[in-house]
Amino acid sequence: MAVPIRYNIRNLKLRKGQTCMTILGVALTVAAVMFLAALRAGLNRAFVHTGDPLNVLVLGKGADSEIASDIPHEALQILRTLPGIATNSKGEPLVSGELVLVILLPREDGLSEANVTLRGTSAQGIELRPGARLVRGRWFNPGQRELAVGAALQKRFARTAIGESVQFGKGPWKIVGVFDASGSAYDSEIWSDVNQITSDYTTAQPSSVYMRATDSAAADALKHRVSDDQRLQLDGMLETEYYAEQTKSGAPIKFVGLTVAIIMGIGSCFAAMNTMFAAVANRRREIGTLRLLGFSRASILASFVLESLLIVVIATALAILVVMPFNGIMTGTSNAATFSEVVFTLQMTPSVMGTALLFGLIMGLTGGFVPAWRAAHQSIVGALRA
Amino acid sequence: MTTASVAPNTSIATTDLPAVAVRNVTKVFRRDSIELKVLDDVSIEIGNGDFVALMGPSGSGKTTLLNLIAGVDRPTAGDLIVSGYNVFALNDGQAARWRNQHIGYVFQTFNLIPVLTAFENVELPLLLTTLSPSQRREHVIAALRLVGLEDRMKHLPRQLSGGQEQRVAIARAIVTDPTLILADEPTGDLDSQSATEILEVLKRLSQQFGKTIIMVTHDPRAASYAHIIRHLEKGRLLSNDGNR
Repeated sequence: MAVPIRYNIRNLKLRKGQTCMTILGVALTVAAVMFLAALRAGLNRAFVHTGDPLNVLVLGKGADSEIASDIPHEALQILRTLPGIATNSKGEPLVSGELVLVILLPREDGLSEANVTLRGTSAQGIELRPGARLVRGRWFNPGQRELAVGAALQKRFARTAIGESVQFGKGPWKIVGVFDASGSAYDSEIWSDVNQITSDYTTAQPSSVYMRATDSAAADALKHRVSDDQRLQLDGMLETEYYAEQTKSGAPIKFVGLTVAIIMGIGSCFAAMNTMFAAVANRRREIGTLRLLGFSRASILASFVLESLLIVVIATALAILVVMPFNGIMTGTSNAATFSEVVFTLQMTPSVMGTALLFGLIMGLTGGFVPAWRAAHQSIVGALRA
Repeated sequence: MTTASVAPNTSIATTDLPAVAVRNVTKVFRRDSIELKVLDDVSIEIGNGDFVALMGPSGSGKTTLLNLIAGVDRPTAGDLIVSGYNVFALNDGQAARWRNQHIGYVFQTFNLIPVLTAFENVELPLLLTTLSPSQRREHVIAALRLVGLEDRMKHLPRQLSGGQEQRVAIARAIVTDPTLILADEPTGDLDSQSATEILEVLKRLSQQFGKTIIMVTHDPRAASYAHIIRHLEKGRLLSNDGNR
């Protein structure tokens, strides 16, 4: 039979000061881990949720991003004729040759600038992205120097409201609409008419081509047909595959996050261990008495490990309460593949909370085990003399 | 004839055996390079139902002998049979179970768990039995009633007087109906009146319930409550006429 859990709970209450300090220390570590995990989840979501599995993206051979890709105009014409491409209500093939560039915009605080992705697209390009919805204003008109701005990007950069102008290429461009792309990478972009942008950058060829397949089998066939055609010298991939690869831009966050988490975790382990060592030292005589009454070493060990785990469970709950308000807060990072800013939101998912709890439990187990072992294995006679 | 077995090959038929048989027990403590012989070839037999007071000056080995009998320490040499068990042949887990079933211990400093109520303290040994919660409750109330503290069962130790704490400790010691009660200076931290109350309880346990009690004390007044008084001096048990 185990030592009653009320023994542990009441002892935690008895030493409120020390217990609270340990809980706060552990909570801080768990909160930091949660925050970093939420950043990573948000970044993953921005990319993983980008794209439609029926869209096939074509890049220049060997290009790993649209920015670094060129597609000859002739190839675009060939791609339009490939079998398996869906058509819109007007019977037009859903194929969009797009030009992707990077422009510099001032941030909202006006203190710095950052690269932003500018996408020249078409009506078909908008059509094969049904997740992008216009929320204010209107889409740009073909042949006009007009822009539609991603809603997330608009919140982070200055002078991106409807009616404002942005200067790039050969002159000003007017913002006429704001679109919401459901938290995908497109939320971090500015869109305009591909032909108008191409005319500003006269040497530019399309960066990429997007094609909507009729079904998943056709998408797969299209992808391989493009890649295997030696004449075209192009690479085909599913749009979702392309953006999933972009999560590599989160590698610095992941590395920093993991390093910080490990360092703080080790610190918190020692904090928990210190608290438990103090608890064991203060309760030596009680432990000796319990052993004399017949409680086994295993039950004493379990009792003190449980006490350590109680601390971290409370700390984790506190951390979740503290960090939850940050759920959905917007931030950004630089995408190493596109050299431009990716805006995303912190995502406090059940998986993030589960990770935090597991991290906390490992800390509690690690921090509590050694003192618990010592408690269970001390000599009864020595303990009773304490 | 009854046999109670905590572990195979460690129990002995109990019918004609004394409650405690200590045979040529020696205990040596080693502190750095210094050896301290705390018990030197001690032999003693205590019969069932005896109330024995073990007296001696500080450092004579009284508590050490009590700890050996309780199975919480091991001798350097010698044998010890308690309630039919070769105590030193038990491993740690077996010894713990054996103590729970056969030994009730009363400490000088009471050793109640501060965060548990009187009821919960007395219930502790019963948590290691197979009794149901309602059965445990019955036993606890009976034990507290016997020591006259049924009305204090929800009090924490800090809400009790010294004498009341010691009575709760005695209730805890007897709640499993152990074969043997060991009391180490049970009145050492008490005032005269409280001490008398405690000694009266122990006397009642001996006379009315036939419990075998070994009480370590340096107080002649406390010792007078026992049937038998034995003296330890420098680790050696004096004969009943005071000689070694």
